Amino acid sequence: MLEGVFADPRLWQIVALSLAVSLSAVALATLIAMPLGAAIAVARFPGRQALIVVLNALMGLPPVVVGLFIYLLLSRAGPLGELGLLFTPAAMVIAQTVLVLPIIAALTRQSVEDAWQEYREQLRSLGVDGWRAALTVLWDIRFSLLTAVLAGLGRASAEVGAVMIVGGNIDGVTRVMTTTIALETSKGDLPLALGLGMVLIAVVLALNAAAHLVKEAAQRRHG
Amino acid sequence: MILPLRVAGLSFAAGGRAIIDRVSIDIEAGPSTIILGANGAGKSVLMRLMHGLLQPTAGRVEWSAPAVRRQQAMVFQRPVMLRRSALANVIYALEAAGLRGTGTERAAMQALDEVGLAHVAQRPARVLSGGEQQRLALARAWALHPEVLFLDEPTANLDPGATREIETVIKAFDAAGTKIVMSTHSLGQARRLGDEVIFLHQGRVAERAPVERFFPQPASAEAAAFVKGELPWA
Repeated sequence: MLEGVFADPRLWQIVALSLAVSLSAVALATLIAMPLGAAIAVARFPGRQALIVVLNALMGLPPVVVGLFIYLLLSRAGPLGELGLLFTPAAMVIAQTVLVLPIIAALTRQSVEDAWQEYREQLRSLGVDGWRAALTVLWDIRFSLLTAVLAGLGRASAEVGAVMIVGGNIDGVTRVMTTTIALETSKGDLPLALGLGMVLIAVVLALNAAAHLVKEAAQRRHG
Repeated sequence: MILPLRVAGLSFAAGGRAIIDRVSIDIEAGPSTIILGANGAGKSVLMRLMHGLLQPTAGRVEWSAPAVRRQQAMVFQRPVMLRRSALANVIYALEAAGLRGTGTERAAMQALDEVGLAHVAQRPARVLSGGEQQRLALARAWALHPEVLFLDEPTANLDPGATREIETVIKAFDAAGTKIVMSTHSLGQARRLGDEVIFLHQGRVAERAPVERFFPQPASAEAAAFVKGELPWA
């Protein structure tokens, strides 16, 4: 019952858009979240503990709420309405970026803080401070940080609420794997929904397996 | 020359407890200095204060010349190795001190050679044994040719074989003219490596004496008890 489904070019178009949106969102979120997480790990300022609690809590941000929030920002009457981004892939990237940013930032914060405990004295003794010290630590734990990025990617590729609201699930424009599965299931087209579900799981599995292999190899090489 | 180092009225408190309590000592060039004392006597904190890693709550640490970081180095009880090759770890230290260019790798290689690690230069530092990692830490500090080398219980986590290797390297550095300031709680090690002993008790200097006088007849009651208590296992 599924052979026809995998031959359908529409399916692969949907898969491609899903990957493009989620990968862009994760890349964008990583660029912001890693320096942010590292800074919170290393800096000492009033309210730091509260910020960490909030950041950790934001890891569980409900996608529909993020979708609603971005929807309000981007809707015609909203503050960013003039950009005309609502119901475009760009809006979906923005929503997913907001969704995964706290995940990557919080996990980065934890990894960097642990490493910083270990490295701080040694680096200061060698005369390395500030940005150089931060970059040294980030580079040294780069394979642990891969896990943070993966967690973000898992979240982005699996969520349906945010992209549904800001993307609108428009056929051929903003339809991605998760929104299609939701739609086709409710329409009763189970083969397409099931086919997409299998592709989605395969993609997530492949990404995690690749990352695992990279980490294993690195562990063997660098100790 | 950044020596002599003048330590005056130095105190360090944490959590309302004085860990270092009004310590005044001069560290002169020449004889290797052992900071001896029981666990919790304040040895590590005193070394960190002198090295500049900790800020004193009171008192001063004064070098004779403006303190330039690379003229004094420190080796810790547990060396922290970067996730890169042994050679790259030494090169990192040299570059952190502002050295650049083609001579850097040669200098790093030479430092590895001096601690007997030339054959593992390309191996990842983190997979080396504990003793090798500590020798690598010595090479990393030594590559900068510091005037003063602080060693904070460098063999506390090592087996006797590795300890002997580390001691050989330290003796070589001493012979090459680097001022050694080392903390230890091992009487045997203090005798093997030291020229003079600063005995620390509860954050204070209880006694300072040449090694040949300190061990047969310690002047202070605290040092006498420590020497007596430890001797059977030293």
